[in-house]
Amino acid sequence: MGKSITKLVIAILVIALGASIALFGFNIQLGGWHISYPNALDEEQGIRQGLDLVGGSVITYEAQAESATDSEMETVKNVLRKRLDTLGYNEATVTRQGEKKVRVEIPAIQDPEEAVQTLGQTAKLTFRDADGNVVLEGTDVASATAAFGQVSETGGDQHYVQLKLNDSGVAKFAEATAAAAAKADGTNYISIMLDEKEISRPSVSQTINSNTCVISGGFADRSETHELASLINSGNLPFSIKDVELRSVGPTLGEKALETSLFAAAIGILLILVFMVVCYRLPGLMADIALVAYIAIVTFIMSFFRINLSLPGIAGIILSVGMAVDANVIIFARMKEELSLGKTVKTAVDSGFNRAFIAILDANVTTMIAAVVLYYFGTGPIQGFAITLAIGTLVSMFTAIVITKFLLRQLVGLKIKNMSLFGVKKRGIENA
Amino acid sequence: MLKIVEKFKIFAAISLVIIIIGAVVFGICGGFAQDVDFAGGMTMYIDMGKDDINYGELEQFIKDNTPDGVNPTVQKSDGTQIVIKTTPIGTEDRDKLQAAILEKYELGEEAILQVDNVDASVGKELKTQALTATLIAAVLMLIYITIRFEMRTGIAAVICLIHDVLIMLTVYAVFRIPVNSNFIAAILTIVGYSINNTIVVFDRIRENYAKNKKASFAEIVNTSIKQTLGRSISTTITTLLPVIMLFIFGVTSIRHFTIPLMVGLLAGTYSSVLLAGPLWVLMKNLQANRKKKKLAKR
Repeated sequence: MGKSITKLVIAILVIALGASIALFGFNIQLGGWHISYPNALDEEQGIRQGLDLVGGSVITYEAQAESATDSEMETVKNVLRKRLDTLGYNEATVTRQGEKKVRVEIPAIQDPEEAVQTLGQTAKLTFRDADGNVVLEGTDVASATAAFGQVSETGGDQHYVQLKLNDSGVAKFAEATAAAAAKADGTNYISIMLDEKEISRPSVSQTINSNTCVISGGFADRSETHELASLINSGNLPFSIKDVELRSVGPTLGEKALETSLFAAAIGILLILVFMVVCYRLPGLMADIALVAYIAIVTFIMSFFRINLSLPGIAGIILSVGMAVDANVIIFARMKEELSLGKTVKTAVDSGFNRAFIAILDANVTTMIAAVVLYYFGTGPIQGFAITLAIGTLVSMFTAIVITKFLLRQLVGLKIKNMSLFGVKKRGIENA
Repeated sequence: MLKIVEKFKIFAAISLVIIIIGAVVFGICGGFAQDVDFAGGMTMYIDMGKDDINYGELEQFIKDNTPDGVNPTVQKSDGTQIVIKTTPIGTEDRDKLQAAILEKYELGEEAILQVDNVDASVGKELKTQALTATLIAAVLMLIYITIRFEMRTGIAAVICLIHDVLIMLTVYAVFRIPVNSNFIAAILTIVGYSINNTIVVFDRIRENYAKNKKASFAEIVNTSIKQTLGRSISTTITTLLPVIMLFIFGVTSIRHFTIPLMVGLLAGTYSSVLLAGPLWVLMKNLQANRKKKKLAKR
């Protein structure tokens, strides 16, 4: 009996400690040592909060074309990324959505309309001489490709970008390179500009009168040539992009949404805890402890993997909290029945678990099927819901099968004689 | 002894009446009240900082500051907030409208609480996506249940699932709750919940059926429902509690989301306790009768 009490107390302490760390984090400084774990709501390291909860803008751009290839969409993403950085939105994310859409998420943005306009501009590619005169335009360039190989007869293999020009561009480029090559060192270059930003500055040593030329030297690896090629290509994308969706939530409203949701969730969980003790007594208390463990584990996973929590995600969590409790309820209902039949606590716990396990397994597998399908076929809000639902379902199975079982086993070890602590009124009266 | 199976007709009739009411309202109103998410359009929430606003004047002002033909409307929202709705408009036009209102009412940038602008094509895509995903999920669940239980159980479970979704749709149609992407999350929540709930009942039916082959299907189901009733009620309460709290304390968008959720949770309990088992009995009896007839013919 003593052993069971010790185990029970240790388990409760571990869970309480884990929960407080998962929710509030810690920060310890001991001499030169500094250990910390972020608060669950920490903006930098905690759970990533959806823009509908903290405020910010989600802008979806769609390619204005029948279809778009992967490399074209990659180019669009790169251009948007560059522009976001230029605008100072380093926190922003760019993700591809579906075949020809790109989703841009910008937290804490002051003027979303300005961002929409700047981001959505068609990228303008120009080639300029040292004095800033435009010598070649995006329409003169046919394509740029990243390549690897020998550039000059004497040099070794290296990464380079091959530029193909249109007929309109060949003459202009010949003229410009002739002029540039004639200039003094330091001004004998041509700038390649995307909008007002220089993306490359190759120097020119001779006139190039051809529809292909090569930009080489100074590229460390393929990703650099690839990026430059992609940026040059963006100047002559086969399509423009249109903002088909804007969702912008001001910081005050977002903050309020998060605050009230958290408050409501806290009260809701508190009521569940009370309900469980009232209905199921001692086992209910064990379920409460397991539920706290459940919340701690889910919070930990959400913040560790920086999973985006938005409004639909909260719905997924609520559902999974309900199911986490449900697994316990199923077990206890079984136990109660067994106890009413006059069985010992130990037998009741074991057979309660064994019988309930099948129901819990089947119920959770069907829910997992739903979550996986939704994640696979959905985008945006649907995926957010699916992820939290899947995490919640898996963790709830774990807490019910491992943690609740452990706690109940210790309860058996306590050798309690008073059956009312198990919510059983009289023994042997009911017959199923 | 509970006589759920015997009263199946009454329970089914109640559900049918509710669903028919929903369908009728749906027909009369020409569908759901669609939010910009699905219909496409622009919504702008602005905190005016005061209550006494001349809406007629404001609406005219908005008309003057938006392109022709975008049908602007303006309504009071929470507290001192107003909501402006138009058909989808471009970013320059939104910018212009915002600037004009902020200037006229001497408001700062922070007064713009929320802006949504959605092209009609986006909503269509979201709808198709949600529908395909739900259907595929339903089929896969049906297959899983058929493997673990049997086909009739699967069919009954999926019928209950459809029932719950239809009841929720009725609430959306009758109370004119705008459907948006949260609507999808709400439906999905109920899909997950409903099946979970029904499975627990069927698990008991499966067990009792294996234990007692002599009892009639109706007896087995009635016993099983009675044995799982406590659990069904407990689970409904524990799932409802956080949702009710969200309803009481949440902001408007969250409240819109919780009403159908509460209804869905109740419908889920109703169908898993009162409809799922009896439906199974119905199908089982049909199957048994057919077998008997086959034997008689020989």
